Amino acid sequence: MSRGLDYEVINENVKRVAYAVRGELYLRASELQKEGKKIIFTNVGNPHALGQKPLTFPRQVVALCQAPFLLDDPHVGMMFPSDAIERARHYLSLTSGGLGAYSDSRGLPGIRKEVAEFIERRDGYPSDPELIYLTDGASKGVMQMLNTIIRNDKDGILVPVPQYPLYSAAISLFGGSLVPYHLEETANWGLDINNLRQSLNEARMNGITVRAMVIINPGNPTGQCLSEANIREILKFCYQQKLVLLADEVYQQNIYQDERPFISSRKILLGMGPPFSKEVQLVSFHTVSKGYWGECGQRGGYFEMTNIPLKTVDEIYKVASISLSPNVPGQIFLGLMVNPPKPGDISYSKFVTESKAILDSLRKRAHIMTNGFNSCRNVVCNFTEGAMYSFPQIKLPPKAIEAAKKAGKVPDVFYCLKLLEATGISTVPGSGFGQKEGVFHLRTTILPAEEDMPAIMDSFKKFNDEFMEQYDDKKGYSRM
Amino acid sequence: MLRRFAADKAKHLLRPLCSSLLPASAAAADLVSSSSPFCTSSSAPAAMSSTKTPPVSVENINPKIIKCEYAVRGEIVILAQRLQQELQSNPGSRPFDEILYCNIGNPQSLGQLPITFFREVLALCDHPALLDKDQTHGLFSSDAIDRAWKILDVMPGRATGAYSHSQGIKGLRDLIAAGIAARDGFPANADDIFLTDGASPAVHMMMQLLLRSEKDGILCPIPQYPLYSASIALHGGTLVPYYLNEATGWGLELSEVKKQLEDARSKGVTVRALVVINPGNPTGQVLAEDNQREIVDFCKEEGLVILADEVYQENIYVDNKKFHSFKKIARSMGYGEEDIALVSFQSVSKGYYGECGKRGGYMELTGFTAEVREQIYKIASVNLCSNISGQILASLVMNPPQEGDESFESYVDEKDGILLSLARRAKTLEEAFNSLEGVTCNRAEGAMYLFPRLHLPHKAIEAAKAAKTAPDALYARRLLDATGIVVVPGSGFGQVPGTWHIRCTILPQEDKIPAIVSRLKEFHEAFMAEFRD
Repeated sequence: MSRGLDYEVINENVKRVAYAVRGELYLRASELQKEGKKIIFTNVGNPHALGQKPLTFPRQVVALCQAPFLLDDPHVGMMFPSDAIERARHYLSLTSGGLGAYSDSRGLPGIRKEVAEFIERRDGYPSDPELIYLTDGASKGVMQMLNTIIRNDKDGILVPVPQYPLYSAAISLFGGSLVPYHLEETANWGLDINNLRQSLNEARMNGITVRAMVIINPGNPTGQCLSEANIREILKFCYQQKLVLLADEVYQQNIYQDERPFISSRKILLGMGPPFSKEVQLVSFHTVSKGYWGECGQRGGYFEMTNIPLKTVDEIYKVASISLSPNVPGQIFLGLMVNPPKPGDISYSKFVTESKAILDSLRKRAHIMTNGFNSCRNVVCNFTEGAMYSFPQIKLPPKAIEAAKKAGKVPDVFYCLKLLEATGISTVPGSGFGQKEGVFHLRTTILPAEEDMPAIMDSFKKFNDEFMEQYDDKKGYSRM
Repeated sequence: MLRRFAADKAKHLLRPLCSSLLPASAAAADLVSSSSPFCTSSSAPAAMSSTKTPPVSVENINPKIIKCEYAVRGEIVILAQRLQQELQSNPGSRPFDEILYCNIGNPQSLGQLPITFFREVLALCDHPALLDKDQTHGLFSSDAIDRAWKILDVMPGRATGAYSHSQGIKGLRDLIAAGIAARDGFPANADDIFLTDGASPAVHMMMQLLLRSEKDGILCPIPQYPLYSASIALHGGTLVPYYLNEATGWGLELSEVKKQLEDARSKGVTVRALVVINPGNPTGQVLAEDNQREIVDFCKEEGLVILADEVYQENIYVDNKKFHSFKKIARSMGYGEEDIALVSFQSVSKGYYGECGKRGGYMELTGFTAEVREQIYKIASVNLCSNISGQILASLVMNPPQEGDESFESYVDEKDGILLSLARRAKTLEEAFNSLEGVTCNRAEGAMYLFPRLHLPHKAIEAAKAAKTAPDALYARRLLDATGIVVVPGSGFGQVPGTWHIRCTILPQEDKIPAIVSRLKEFHEAFMAEFRD
């Protein structure tokens, strides 16, 4: 008789899940690190792990909230600026018992109000705090939504390829079907509505009920920023096809070009007026993990629902209540993010200096990395318009692909493992995100410190060009 | 109200596809909504786009979500919140000044203070720049400063804002493993520990792993904390109830567990695991050691995973009982990894620390293969990691100040103060409930709740029927309306059919207890006067 947790008898959906971001490459990198090798972890968008410093103001506020006895001390003014002290008092007053009490399962009403106000300022349309739910990171919100939508394997979710594998993992876990739509690498990872239509129709012909569409804007791993026209097309498409749009907008603060600033899907939707604005169902996600905050470890995020029937919202609330509440410090980080120091506040100039430095540097690094990759043999890289990643295409020669097969590895995994062993650079193979057949990529982040970048790109170039020298037989190589 | 309405409406709209609800006992029906469960085959034609149904509505969302219930934050709480708003906008409109939330184990929301040492360390870790300031030594205890440094040193780059290893920071897991070993006298392994955002996500992970279909069942105590029934429903499995014996202080009888197991198996259910909550919630009983040994032997024989919810391990109020972890019991019986699969859940939300809002906790998994561990790790990695502050707190809870540390005395004062007070409140409220006509209340040996039984008069049962509500829900509603006290009806936890209970926490501050007791007594007398046969 098999025992409860024997491998053969665990949930098959669990076995189907793949999440490459912390998969094979990362595990190998961790092993090597234990053996003493210096590893540069560029596998995950984790800014603080690569030396980005936390912003000062939020840390001051949360520390005060964490230890309210400090607020009673006469010397607190010597250690903390007065606006941080005031803000700590403000957030504590929004809680019912400080950081240690479960909040409302949807998050503290006061903070949800701050989020709504932020959304209104950003978009110019009012937002309802009742339709904003705070979560332990945006990922939990995404998972909740997908679990709500997916009933069985006949329910399909349109997901961009390449995509951030949270989506594929969650769809597997909940027993649904992933319906891929390809982004066009030659058009800077642009979204072609024809690809979308084709994917949808194919899925339907195979008996799949397509329920929702995911967009990641700015994109991960691809970094492209969708144009207003593109988003409008997508919304019209969702209206016609009765799909709920899941708009992952966690990188909205990470924009490195000026032609396509971030515009929220909600703003565009509401701007389209009826019937679209009243009928298209939309869920928008945001987080404290990205942007210039990079507070991944706090697990703070939210989702905002637009045009979701109240009965459904009720069910979502019910499920949220089973987990009692999102973590309160994370909620406060979120409040601070949507409501940062303003001109005139004591901490304002320091906050702006710190934020600007991070964003300026990210923009620089986006260029350094793109140019660096493009200078390498058999490597072509689209510019990182936004987000935190670079997704160069590695044109692997047939001999390399053969060698990978012999080693029992997917070609880009083979390449990335060799890269890791040679240079200590830990990336994620493109196969973890999805790509066209026979086309290979890797994802790296633009997060290593600016001063380390030149050395890292040199190291990469040396490895790559030697690899290509070894495997290139000049007869031809994999191409798009 | 809206939630129940929505669920009811939805039941009519969804077509039942199959109806193998287990087990036969009616009490289980109290736990799941009265709609029948759904098979996983498609219920909609491929060409959905031509219908008028919007993409996401109760007609076409995951039916398991419709099915699951969680009374702790259910209907009665929504009513209470409405009343609270009324009180704010219209003071004096009710015969009470405030709503007293006795529905949820949320100590700090009712005035319990956090442990100073823990908060000192957390504040320093949240803002490490403080450690470089001279004034810090005047404001923080030296051992808190010391501990903060030690914690920061085990964090790569001292980056408290970075995603950590998906099981949690290794150095913190080492500390927790050491704490477990010190507690039990048997070694613990950092690699067996998964730090999670509270114990609840860990429970969900295990249910996800174990439940393949509704043919998979999980043995759960009745009454139970409804996280279990809800997560089993959410993950599409079957709850197999085993009744705790109210007459013997909510005793766990193996004969009952055996009976339910055999019954389930005879109906084609593969029973995968046994949930045991020790100390119990809502029932508060602390298991006796030989009871625990019986359970371990039983699970070993039957190939069941033990899911040991031990979040109340520091909440024991009687001298004749002690907490023994299931791991300790199993190891002391000579059982190792090859013999039994065991998952222990712990949290920072309870005990004397009561840090619910931090969402800190862990599960310790022993006795499963490397392949399965890989799968669990994989699932954990999709969410990247749990919140770092919660991880730090878990390591503090399992490694509090020791004798000789600067903070030790004040820490002990705070801890003992809270625990002794909880014990007093448990006793006072237990006596208060027992003094009421037609109410019997077992002692709360541990945890944070009382679960008195209401022997309601016939007239009350009839009135409930007429109002289409359960009798204990009627009582709870009336109690709320008359006194502002919020309790959870027993039907939210499961109970022997025909019996009624309420769950009330022991958490309001001590100075509020006399008023609660007198209001309760007054209400009950009036209720009985109205409904006495």
